[in-house]
Amino acid sequence: MSDTLTAPAAADIDRNPYKADFPLLAGNPNLAFLDSGATAQRPACALDAQRRFYETMNANPLRGLYSLSVEATEAIAAVRAQIARLLGAVDERGRACARDIVFTRNASESLNLVAKSFAPLVLGPGDEVAITIMEHHSNLIPWQQAAAAAGAKLVYLYPAPDGTLPADEIAAKIGPRTKIAAVGHVSNVMGVENPVEQIGRAVHAHGGYLVVDGAQSVPHMAVDVAALGADFYAFSAHKALGPMGIGVLWGRHELLERMPPMLTGGEMIDSVTETGAVWAPVPEKFEAGTQDAAGIYATGAALSYLVDQVGYEAVASRERALVRYAMDELAGLGFVDLIGPAEADRHHGVISFNVRGVHPHDVASILDMDGVCIRAGHHCAQPLLAWLKVENLACCRASLAFYNDRADIDALVAGLKTVWSTFHA
Amino acid sequence: MGNLYTSTTFMEHNSHPDYKYEMDSPTHEHDGINPSCGDELTLQLRVEDGVIEEASFTGHGCAISQASADIMAELITGETVDEARRLSALFLAMIRGEELTEEDFEDLDEAAQLRDISHMPARVKCAELAWRTLDGILDDKR
Repeated sequence: MSDTLTAPAAADIDRNPYKADFPLLAGNPNLAFLDSGATAQRPACALDAQRRFYETMNANPLRGLYSLSVEATEAIAAVRAQIARLLGAVDERGRACARDIVFTRNASESLNLVAKSFAPLVLGPGDEVAITIMEHHSNLIPWQQAAAAAGAKLVYLYPAPDGTLPADEIAAKIGPRTKIAAVGHVSNVMGVENPVEQIGRAVHAHGGYLVVDGAQSVPHMAVDVAALGADFYAFSAHKALGPMGIGVLWGRHELLERMPPMLTGGEMIDSVTETGAVWAPVPEKFEAGTQDAAGIYATGAALSYLVDQVGYEAVASRERALVRYAMDELAGLGFVDLIGPAEADRHHGVISFNVRGVHPHDVASILDMDGVCIRAGHHCAQPLLAWLKVENLACCRASLAFYNDRADIDALVAGLKTVWSTFHA
Repeated sequence: MGNLYTSTTFMEHNSHPDYKYEMDSPTHEHDGINPSCGDELTLQLRVEDGVIEEASFTGHGCAISQASADIMAELITGETVDEARRLSALFLAMIRGEELTEEDFEDLDEAAQLRDISHMPARVKCAELAWRTLDGILDDKR
């Protein structure tokens, strides 16, 4: 690690003290990885932790009565507490509410758990579920399904063209029939942070519940579920430097208590008879089968690196500087149409755009020849792209992380010039 | 892949497609879509006595899908339905990365340029769109 861990006021994007911590980036110095919104790269400390788990503490957690299994169990418990603290899930005495952290496979599964196990408890015919048009399919299809199953209606909140959700839209769409509002904290296409607190206040005023999809926020900003007024909060480890296959759901304890398990089987019961079973307490009730304990342990290491070593302040200041530079450069090209807010500081690392007259997949393929990795397509947000009326229902997205630097942006800009000349030879 | 975007003949099929128009009196018409890209294509054929006398397409999509459609229309025009079916099977085998003979590549003519797409799984559907749409018509005729 570097000597610049105290967050600089104005990040120096010419220097990159972070790349060396990421084996894939360090091993491919000519790669411009600009797809962290899809999945982040992993620091060596997270990869080492995964290996260390199997080499030094591998045993099936929860089950064993010998010290190795106990050690594995404690390792997972420690990560649970770490994540609870990270999300601001602490009791009145400041103790982490570790038992309210449920491990899943990814944010999608976390949101499905809420839609499948919680929604039926509160949703009936004629009720409404409110989501925004900016939702990732992960926070959209589960609610389509839950609403259809309950005979409820799915209601969409639409932003202004710059991605801002106006207060009157919230007031108009969230009312007495709204039982659940499910909102992405940060849009994976527009990059904007949604007014989660206001939506929470509106839905709570009518006795409803707030579900927050934090997949795009946890990698970039400090989260406090209490301050947000969230009832449920979901995120994926793999977008926050951790391994693929680990998701997190935090829920308010009394709500988790009321929910039936979505999956049943081993490790989620207290007792079983020929005719029935008694569920284990929260969170084990929701964690049927052997968990990816090594992945959970590595997630703890990844989040420690992100939050304690790099720090959200440094992450934010560096991403701001990178986005400002990138948006200026892209606008300067004259053939790139940017999507989302004009203010760089509202983008949270996400820059969506189109090259005029060129299909996004062609843009991505040509950039790939120069080692520039971007995402192109519908970004798992087809209703949003239909609403934005972008051509081909597709756009390009460069999504940045603190481990990017000026050279990565310059490679993108040079690549886009090649794209333009390829189609205008 | 590199040689596709830098190939003037290939890019010409995208920017100035000869076979992209709506036909006056098609005997066959079929829609194809590639949801992952948003590519949409309508293929029209005029088949007389088992021979494809005219082939054209309309729609929109990425350069790969558009150029592939134009190259296909050119290739199958004047061919029998059976020959078009054979060429389509060859093309799709090539895109799937199966081994083709030099003769096969010669038969595919300009379409053989798309052989490297087999190394770009994300673009396979783009390249295949027109050909799968053609199969849709030819299978109906069977």
